[in-house]
Amino acid sequence: MASNPVLTVTDKGIYCPAGDFFIDPWRPVDRALITHGHADHARAGHARYLATRAAAPVMRHRLGDIRLEEIEYGEVRTIGDAEVSYHPAGHVPGSAQVRVEVNGEVWVVSGDYKTEADGLSEPFEPVRCHAFVTECTFGLPIFKWDPQAEVIADINAWWAANQAAGRVSVLGAYALGKAQRILANIDASQGPILTHGAVESTNDVLRGQGIALPETIRVTPETKPKDHPGALVLATPSALGTPWMRRFGAASSAFASGWMRMRGVRRRRSADRGFVMSDHADWDGLNAAIRETGAETVLVTHGYTSIFRRWLEEQGYDARIVETEYEGESLEGQGEGEEAA
Amino acid sequence: MKRFARLFTALDQTTKTNAKVAALAAYLQEAPEADRLWTVALLSGRRPKRTVTSTLLREWAAERAGLPLWLFEESYPIVGDLAETIALILPEGGGSDDRPLAEWIAVIQALPKMDEVERKATILAAWDGQGPVERFVFNKLMTGGFRMGVSQKLMTRALAQATGIDEPDLAHRLMGDWTPQTTTWEALIVAHDPSADLSRPYPFYLAYQLDAGPEELGAPEDWAAEYKWDGIRGQLVLRGGEHHVWSRGEELMTDRFPELAVTRDFVPPGTVIDGELLAWEEGADAPMSFNALQKRIGRKTVPKALLRDAPVVIRAYDLLEWNGEDIRARPFDDRRALLDAALADLPPECPIRPSPLLTFETWDALAALRAESRERQAEGVMLKRRASPYLSGRKKGDWWKWKVDPLMIDAVMIYAQQGHGRRANLFTDFTFAVRDGEALVPFTKAYSGLTDAEFRKITAWVRKNTLERYGPVRQVKPVHVFEIAFEGIQKSPRHKSGVALRFPRMSRWRLDKPAEEANTLDDLKDMLAAYG
Repeated sequence: MASNPVLTVTDKGIYCPAGDFFIDPWRPVDRALITHGHADHARAGHARYLATRAAAPVMRHRLGDIRLEEIEYGEVRTIGDAEVSYHPAGHVPGSAQVRVEVNGEVWVVSGDYKTEADGLSEPFEPVRCHAFVTECTFGLPIFKWDPQAEVIADINAWWAANQAAGRVSVLGAYALGKAQRILANIDASQGPILTHGAVESTNDVLRGQGIALPETIRVTPETKPKDHPGALVLATPSALGTPWMRRFGAASSAFASGWMRMRGVRRRRSADRGFVMSDHADWDGLNAAIRETGAETVLVTHGYTSIFRRWLEEQGYDARIVETEYEGESLEGQGEGEEAA
Repeated sequence: MKRFARLFTALDQTTKTNAKVAALAAYLQEAPEADRLWTVALLSGRRPKRTVTSTLLREWAAERAGLPLWLFEESYPIVGDLAETIALILPEGGGSDDRPLAEWIAVIQALPKMDEVERKATILAAWDGQGPVERFVFNKLMTGGFRMGVSQKLMTRALAQATGIDEPDLAHRLMGDWTPQTTTWEALIVAHDPSADLSRPYPFYLAYQLDAGPEELGAPEDWAAEYKWDGIRGQLVLRGGEHHVWSRGEELMTDRFPELAVTRDFVPPGTVIDGELLAWEEGADAPMSFNALQKRIGRKTVPKALLRDAPVVIRAYDLLEWNGEDIRARPFDDRRALLDAALADLPPECPIRPSPLLTFETWDALAALRAESRERQAEGVMLKRRASPYLSGRKKGDWWKWKVDPLMIDAVMIYAQQGHGRRANLFTDFTFAVRDGEALVPFTKAYSGLTDAEFRKITAWVRKNTLERYGPVRQVKPVHVFEIAFEGIQKSPRHKSGVALRFPRMSRWRLDKPAEEANTLDDLKDMLAAYG
């Protein structure tokens, strides 16, 4: 590594001295480069924001009237003495890895990412670099995802079985990303799809930027489940098991998350079903992504950092932990920094 | 195994009792008889013993997955279950090996006879051949901790649906000393003759806790009461010149309590007594503490000194069989009169004593007797409706336990550890301390009593307030005070505090109380003096 590192970590966030900007800072700063719109990465209070054109609408929706500049994937901007470009991270629509080059030294900040193409987000692209700043939310070898097509087939089958039994299906999924990923892939011809308000607001924003999603019906206090027999309800995870759900009677509940890989967690969520589906890379995905960057230095930001760092070190990387305030896909509560809706 | 794995998945995927019973009943109709029998055995606590050490399983699984052992060891506490960790970490399996459940169990039971090379080859082949769920189930069977979220009661209900035989009748058939190796589906379930087995006990009748007072039970004269003794609930079965002693958990304990052998000389065959096994010195007016009895529990054979120091008697509560006749359907008063008559003329060397009925005319009078429970080494009083039959299992209505209020102490949480299984990833196992001047002296652990929401809250707190890590144990800031409820206190030289508690649990999170106001070691010693 060069004597002057391209990026450092301060109490405000990941900082680039050569360009005087922060990436996904957790305290208010003058200039913030944002990887994606989840609340633990895109926070309020910065003077200037830079994000991809595809991430911008959700950020404006959530953060209000911010001074936000847009950038295309692959477009190179010079900020101070640094050259900056954004590359698809495959996490949610508009999500990016940020590439920063100073004097020929290249660092990449992954934000959150997954390596499998999900049919909704711009697919992950590996970027060659000297140092890779990576998440490792699921950085343990017990986390392996089945191909999306199989999980989607399971969800379709669960929905159909509930329809046959005359039950509503309530599926918990994050309001930004997971819910739309499911929408974009399930067999929408099976029946009506109802949405929790927080999910539908994001749907509206994404539809507005030209992303095709099947027709959905927002659940309001007036919604009568009887009018929508055989419905699938997409809810926020925090709505599962709350009074909000009671209107659907003896519904079958399910939760889509990488954490559902563990039986103990599945049982504790006390949903009827757990679908193992994450917008973060699994063990093999993390290892493949790191390998493809060609980086010799790897900095791990959030997840099972100490275990994953030791593993990387044994694989011959110069691996370090950087303490950040990112949450990733949280086990308890909402995760991704999302507020309970 | 695929069929059994599907059953396991179906049971695991629902929290609804009816759906579980239906899935199990369907399986018990369709599966091969040997698999059905094993399923009934597994769900009535007849699990195969652990046949491979967990150390070897970890090594082999890590090797098969191509991962260093330390990485397996780091993953295990996060999953919280060895069988599951192995299943998750192994490479994708073929799923082509679909031997039935009974055959896989035979493989597992054959493992101890193999040498290590063959044992390893057998297990690796089993892992390679099975799909993810089958692997998990196989590992669970092999590690001896198999549970399916179905109680014996629910299993019996499903079996009743599948066979058309009455539930209580089935419960009786499933009692006793059988394994799938010693019987068949036909012999045990279908063509069953209870009298064929001299040792077979009756299903125990279990009481519910009376939370409010007894006033709502009606007139006191309809109820019999006795002390609830703090020992081991057991059944003494005398038939055909033999005697057998069973625990409530259906464990055969005959050899552990050799002093009961003489009962054959005094009580006629064809007698079954329900009672409490207690350590009781001759001539004493109260039993010894549960600790004295506990020394006897773990031992298959009992040394003479222990027989002398902690002699065991059975305090008889009820008579279930008399003259070879099942009398459970008769009213309690009648059974109790027969019991008293049968025991009336026994000499002191026969270690059966009737549990005396309490005399009371009003509920207040009974409450006064209940208040004396602790000094009599009893846990409270039992209430039994005089007209009631002896039912099987836990049923509301005719039998109630009215326990004394627990002892309480306010303690400071100092260590926390993650739970297992359903509680994996939550901090649920805590060590508590009392104050001793400026120092904190640990005196008990507790695992239960908080709601899931409270466990989530304390887990988040522990993550942010860890001072030190010792392996899986975290030392936390001594800030939070919990009210610890417990049933008894004993002197214990093995513990730093000098005391051991019986059945400690967290009864309340005292968010209102700072650590400086928690109880002291002196308070604990006062309790020991008063109740130890």
